[in-house]
Amino acid sequence: MRILKLIAVAACILALSVAPALAAGTIKIGAILAVTGPASFLGAPEAKTLEMMAEDINAKGGIEGKKVELVIKDSGGSPEKAVSFAKQLIDEDKVFAIIGPSTSGETMKIKDIAEQGKTILLSCAAAEAIVNPVAKYVFKTPQKDSDAVIRIFRQMKKMGITKIGVLSSNTGFGNAGKQQIEKLAPEHGIQIVLSEVYNSSATDLTAEVTKIKAAKVQAIVNWSIEPAQAIVIKNARQMGLTIPIFQSHGFGNIKYVQAAGAAADGVIFPAGRLLVADTLSDKNPQKKVLESYKKEYEAKYKEDVSTFGGHAYDAMKIMQQAIIATGVVDEEKVRTTIENMKGLVGTAGIFNFSPTDHNGLDANAFEMLTVKDGKFAVLEK
Amino acid sequence: MIELFFQYLVAGLTYGTIYASVGIGFNIIYNTTGIINFAQGEFVMLGGMTAVTLHAFLPLPLAILGAVLITMIIGGLIEVAFIRWLVKPSVLRMIVITIGISILIREGALAVWGEGVRSLPYFTGNEVSALSLGGVRVSPQVLWSIGVCTVIVVLLNLFFKFTMLGREMRACAANREAAALCGIPTRNIVTFSFVLSAGIGALAGCVVSPITYTQYNVGTGLAIKGFTVAILGGLGNSMAAVGAGFILGILESFSIWVLPTAYKDAISIAILLAMLFVRPSGLFGNKEAMKLKDF
Repeated sequence: MRILKLIAVAACILALSVAPALAAGTIKIGAILAVTGPASFLGAPEAKTLEMMAEDINAKGGIEGKKVELVIKDSGGSPEKAVSFAKQLIDEDKVFAIIGPSTSGETMKIKDIAEQGKTILLSCAAAEAIVNPVAKYVFKTPQKDSDAVIRIFRQMKKMGITKIGVLSSNTGFGNAGKQQIEKLAPEHGIQIVLSEVYNSSATDLTAEVTKIKAAKVQAIVNWSIEPAQAIVIKNARQMGLTIPIFQSHGFGNIKYVQAAGAAADGVIFPAGRLLVADTLSDKNPQKKVLESYKKEYEAKYKEDVSTFGGHAYDAMKIMQQAIIATGVVDEEKVRTTIENMKGLVGTAGIFNFSPTDHNGLDANAFEMLTVKDGKFAVLEK
Repeated sequence: MIELFFQYLVAGLTYGTIYASVGIGFNIIYNTTGIINFAQGEFVMLGGMTAVTLHAFLPLPLAILGAVLITMIIGGLIEVAFIRWLVKPSVLRMIVITIGISILIREGALAVWGEGVRSLPYFTGNEVSALSLGGVRVSPQVLWSIGVCTVIVVLLNLFFKFTMLGREMRACAANREAAALCGIPTRNIVTFSFVLSAGIGALAGCVVSPITYTQYNVGTGLAIKGFTVAILGGLGNSMAAVGAGFILGILESFSIWVLPTAYKDAISIAILLAMLFVRPSGLFGNKEAMKLKDF
């Protein structure tokens, strides 16, 4: 028994002394995610996804024979914290690349830091401004706002809708959507009869909806990520408004559908295909990736998969494929590989990067979804 | 046109009941301690959240009752833990303490329930049902809120006027030292006022939950509006808070008719500021009585 203990202690000491040597052969990937705080619905599934993938990659021998070492920093959604974590990851931890942040505000704050530190940044946030104008080291995996708007307008054209009322919340997400809607409407032959902004913490929107009702529009578009997006549809239906209601891709969270209950039925919105993975046809090129991610995640964490975790999945996958394709763990060369990567199948869509497009997704990455009996379903054409 | 007018009126009544039911809670603690409890919004949130949790395995009325009782206990515990042992606290100190408590409860709720949006089911009908009154449509939940609000106010008035405990609370509010000299256990009375206002806040939180949804951070927003109507009506007067709630709600609603909706909250804040400058005793308050209070 005593000998066994001695051996165990010796093994531990040996392991400790070997650890730094092993670390030299790892690929250090940093992540700045809003794991807690008000944006934790983004950051928490993203962090879980990265942990799951790193474990999986390492179990299979790592990337190019090197183990992945994840350094996850919880920003709590605060841009100030994101800035100090970005500096820490680049200067002290000397990470190979950074995945995140979860929100657009944070990403915009650290865009320059990544650029100056010559560190690849794969953002999981939505705003178009992250990749427009293009920064050499900054990429993003979620779909663009403008593509969401384009898909909504195309759908309206099919339904013969030309006059719309727009509601948006007074947040970064709401404002960005409102701007895109107003910019793109004329070229799609859509007339915005009225556009109203409400407080993101609004508790009831009956009066706002009354104003829309009085304007006699053919459809409502609402752009927000707060509970208000469920309140809008509820108030509209209570008032007996039966016109179609379109929502942003921010509606892709089943909790809001549950909150809006019967009122959510028939809402139309663009979203990534992850939410409807099981209803896709087998011919869809994304089906395999979506199903395996969904299965793995749901088995491991016993909770519903969300599109947000998918953005982190895509970031890690891009990184892994780029390093394999490059053949060496060299930041400059891997960056160039990502920039020229084509046809990578991810959860958000099929990525085709180019030196002028650091998002790599187009309007086809979105699928038009609707709500049927409290569940997401593909909108029938 | 006339139909539109009534539809805005209904919207205003909806806002009004939400504000009023939160506003009433402010008055009780104010009446016994002379302070504004800035954690009142958090009691509303706690009530809604607890009821949603309990509703998973209890019928709705029991879940609400349970939530109200649990929130009352929490309200009492908070008073005992943070306020009871203070010797003659100044108004400013009490305000800082209650703001601290509100942050504490909010963060606690985030840890317990997470950031998700929840709501109780509609008491009658569902999310889309509405009563049609000559072309004007109103959700049954709005009627429930108005009803519950009225019942609370009537019961409170009876309680303060005709029961011993109610009278002791009023004595405590008028002059705490004199009340203590008369043998009224003023410390217990203050604790009870926290229990009572936590209960009323929780009940309000349950009734408005189907309309507004409940989330860990919903308290602050509700408290600001509740505070506004409590001031507008005249601090300490529950009936006045309800009246002021409807006035503010209807003003906000009609402001949307003519102005961009983004100005809605600016309107209520402007009214609050104007009121504090011009008539701090409130619309229905007594100017003379106001002079005798520190706050």
